[in-house]
Amino acid sequence: METLEQIKARVEAAIPGAKLKVLTNDSPCAQHSLLLDPAHAVDVARFLRDDPKLRLDYVSNMAGVDWPDAVIKTKIKKRVEKDGQDVDVEETIESLRSGYLEAVYHVYSMALKHGPVILRLRTEDRLDRISVPSLTPVWRGAEFQEREAYDLYGIQFTGHPDLRRILMWDEFTDYPMRKDYVEPDDYEYEPTPHDDVVEKARRHYAPEAKP
Amino acid sequence: MDEGLKSELQKQGVFATTLGEIYNWGRKNSVWPLSFGLACCAIEMIAASMARWDLARFGAEVFRPSPRQADLMIVAGTVTKKMAPQVVRLYNQMPEPKYVIAMGACAISGGPFKQGYNVLKGIDRYLPVDVHIPGCPPRPEALLHAFVTLQQKIAEQQLTGPNRPRHLRADAPSEFPVPAYGEHDLVPPSNPKVWQPAKMVR
Repeated sequence: METLEQIKARVEAAIPGAKLKVLTNDSPCAQHSLLLDPAHAVDVARFLRDDPKLRLDYVSNMAGVDWPDAVIKTKIKKRVEKDGQDVDVEETIESLRSGYLEAVYHVYSMALKHGPVILRLRTEDRLDRISVPSLTPVWRGAEFQEREAYDLYGIQFTGHPDLRRILMWDEFTDYPMRKDYVEPDDYEYEPTPHDDVVEKARRHYAPEAKP
Repeated sequence: MDEGLKSELQKQGVFATTLGEIYNWGRKNSVWPLSFGLACCAIEMIAASMARWDLARFGAEVFRPSPRQADLMIVAGTVTKKMAPQVVRLYNQMPEPKYVIAMGACAISGGPFKQGYNVLKGIDRYLPVDVHIPGCPPRPEALLHAFVTLQQKIAEQQLTGPNRPRHLRADAPSEFPVPAYGEHDLVPPSNPKVWQPAKMVR
């Protein structure tokens, strides 16, 4: 199969205006991915599906990811002159990354037996601009998984034929897989609470302990 | 009647009994479960009903597909909050006398999912459970043991007096309120008439 750079170049040549970005993964699995721009995502997806060299016809997995606001630390090596000598100094630069929600698609080709190509779509933020285009019109298999990502992360998939909650009930208003989800306080006695459960217990018994 | 005297009489060919005993004997030997499973425990329940463990030996051979014909609800598996109203509704549709066995860690306490947001921490929050079986999943033998325990419970019931079973009391409820889906949790999160949280003594 072609590398992501080759795919990116061909997609950008075929679809005017499409901007793709290769996101590298530094961990040992080295699963690099393609970040799609929301405006052209459906066209790009259709290209990947129909292109005779790729024929990515199967979404094996579609996942949601919640990226909260975070401080990103990057280390930069600098050469500084000190006492007449050049010395290497490491400098840490902190930058604020505003949070967003992400939809990740793992697509394979059943016809050509290759894959996966990992596609990512990002929302603008986590609060109100939370829509990404649905790829269900291209890959029908993404329908239920997009519903699940909508249910648990609150990602709005525009163009989805039937965007309803799939696991939780319709009256439910929270998005439980988000990092800032607050569970109902239904802690019950545990003989050996540990880790997060200790915190839960402390929060649960706090109002009793105050007076 | 004295048990020793009764067995002496039986040796002489005189069979003495009471109406209550015959009533309970009939009741305990034809407890038909509702065929209804929620998760992996249901596989063990199915195994218990098949030839190797043979639940039919205890008079529970027919799993009824309709709650109207069933006497026993085996809550076999994880009760999610989304499923809980349906479980309570099925129980309400069963005619008296009816019994509940909570089978497995999930059905009795939420099990490994207890700290999650979507699993009920035990079906005893909404239904009166007769026998709890721990285990993940419990062996079919454990289900048989629970079944025999339930039969013993039925056999020991007095048909008159203040401890008579629920189906002989006009004031005792045979239906329990079905929880509603709320915005964050089930409403109410438990039925206080059936279950109260354990009091913490410090």
